[in-house]
Amino acid sequence: MTSSVDQQTKRRTEQEQDFKHSLARFARKNALQLGIISVFLLLWLLFIVGAPRVFLAPEIYAAFMSSIPFFGIMALPLTLVIIAREIDLSFGSIMAVGMTAFVLVFELLADGQEGSALVGGALVALAAALVVGFLVGLINGIIVVKIGIPSLITTIGTQFFWRGVVLVITSGQGFSLINTRGTAFREVLVGRIGGYLPIQMVWMVLIGIAMWILLNRHRFGAHVYLVGDNENSARLMGVNVDRTRMLVFGLIGVAAAFAGVLASMEVNYFWPATLGEGHLMRTLAAVFLGGTSVFGGTGTIVGTFLACFIVGTIEAGTVSIGLTGYFTQLIFGLIIVVSVAMHTLLRKRLG
Amino acid sequence: MNYRLELRKISKSFGEVQSLRDIDFQVGQNEVVGLLGDNGAGKSTLIKIVTGYHQPDRGEILFNGKRVEHLTVTKARQLGVETVYQERALADQQTLWRNIFMGRELSHRFGFLDLKTMKSETNRLMLESMGFTSAAVNPESIIKTFSGGEKQGVAIVRALHFRADLIILDEPTMGLSLQETRKLLEFVRDIKGAGKSAIFIDHNVFHVHSVADRVVVLDRGTVAGEFQTKDITLDDLMEKMYRVAQTGSLE
Repeated sequence: MTSSVDQQTKRRTEQEQDFKHSLARFARKNALQLGIISVFLLLWLLFIVGAPRVFLAPEIYAAFMSSIPFFGIMALPLTLVIIAREIDLSFGSIMAVGMTAFVLVFELLADGQEGSALVGGALVALAAALVVGFLVGLINGIIVVKIGIPSLITTIGTQFFWRGVVLVITSGQGFSLINTRGTAFREVLVGRIGGYLPIQMVWMVLIGIAMWILLNRHRFGAHVYLVGDNENSARLMGVNVDRTRMLVFGLIGVAAAFAGVLASMEVNYFWPATLGEGHLMRTLAAVFLGGTSVFGGTGTIVGTFLACFIVGTIEAGTVSIGLTGYFTQLIFGLIIVVSVAMHTLLRKRLG
Repeated sequence: MNYRLELRKISKSFGEVQSLRDIDFQVGQNEVVGLLGDNGAGKSTLIKIVTGYHQPDRGEILFNGKRVEHLTVTKARQLGVETVYQERALADQQTLWRNIFMGRELSHRFGFLDLKTMKSETNRLMLESMGFTSAAVNPESIIKTFSGGEKQGVAIVRALHFRADLIILDEPTMGLSLQETRKLLEFVRDIKGAGKSAIFIDHNVFHVHSVADRVVVLDRGTVAGEFQTKDITLDDLMEKMYRVAQTGSLE
């Protein structure tokens, strides 16, 4: 009798130890994500304490969910670019290039039409924007891979070049999208579910899931990690390094074009000179804060996804707790430097 | 009977530097060939041509008597060539299973990864071939945490796993402990025992002499000579190697 009781208690302590052990392992394995979640919760608490009237009301969250996807949709594929040990600084301009393609096709097929009559033309315009975005991204990739110019320099150059192309084509003139109002096309892209939840948030979640699957459950993602970790090893083992690299640039291109369409639809207007400006900082901040290594080979979609919310709340948060808007740039810059520095130090410590 | 691998008049230059000049080289069926030569003799270039990493400027490559055009890494693997590279070709920040299946991840339709099979295969290889019994090592372990010998073990097991007929070992004993080196030489003998062929490259004449059937000596991009190991004593081989290094000729 006693021995069976003993055994039971023994088994129970063993189970408890097992549980503690696996908990510790889980914590170690996901240290980065857990870190980001705690930063997020801490910051949130700070904002709630600092500005309870703002941060306890539902309106602010609707506002966040409407604005975060515009850069979040680009931060998610940018994570793959940076894991592959590349960088893209041109996606802000690609937003405008994609939107220019959209407007050109839209003018041709659907201009002057109203309601459901313009949906077909608008869909073709959207497809045109996505294809052009992909191709422009791919051109970045081709310059980087085939000519061999570092992506940092390449995309600084193409950032100006494509903005210039947009300004030349549009003569700097904006384009009103007001006649898409009330159409199914607009509702599906930037409508509000139940009058509250911005549907672009749903798009960001879907793209997040797609990117997660691509990175973690697909050969392409496996190759992205390998190329970023050790290009030479990947090449020796038969990974198509060049194609993988070019495709990640294509991927961020499509995403940027899509984000450009969403951002323009949201305000019913295409601003050729400014669409995409200001997103560079937020997007990069989100990826680095999310724990993606600037040295390539490591990074997670979940980290980036969470970090998008941190970055997205900082702007509103700083203002509502009483700091001036001038602080936001300072904070974004700090986030980029501190998160990259932390990663570099950790890397040195771990060898 | 055809050679397992035959190179005819292979030349390769990198810019101004002619790395290989009119190389004729063969590996028989079930033969272990030792490749010797000083630094810069062209051993690594020769190997990287066989594995499809470099393309030769001139010359022919034949597998089992059949000529192969435009050899790539993927094509070479399909022809049964596996390589343990000097630089090991691992990705340090990735898990063990990702390293084992690097470049040929098992996948379902549309390229979705078959994680379950890859992890269980890795687990099996770990226990059966790599001799990792420690609980700290599992398919999800990051390669960075492994010792030099363990990393070499991973590179070798990876080469073995994919049923190669010709296994190339490029300086495999570099950085290994005595114990690990002995295990490695044992492994090369196993290749021979299993009826497969191998090319074994090493700086150490002792190692090469003890496992190879035939030794080919490269010098400044050409074949300086070759010997059956049963016809030459270790001392004579050493003597000839010194002479090649000094005069560029075996005699």
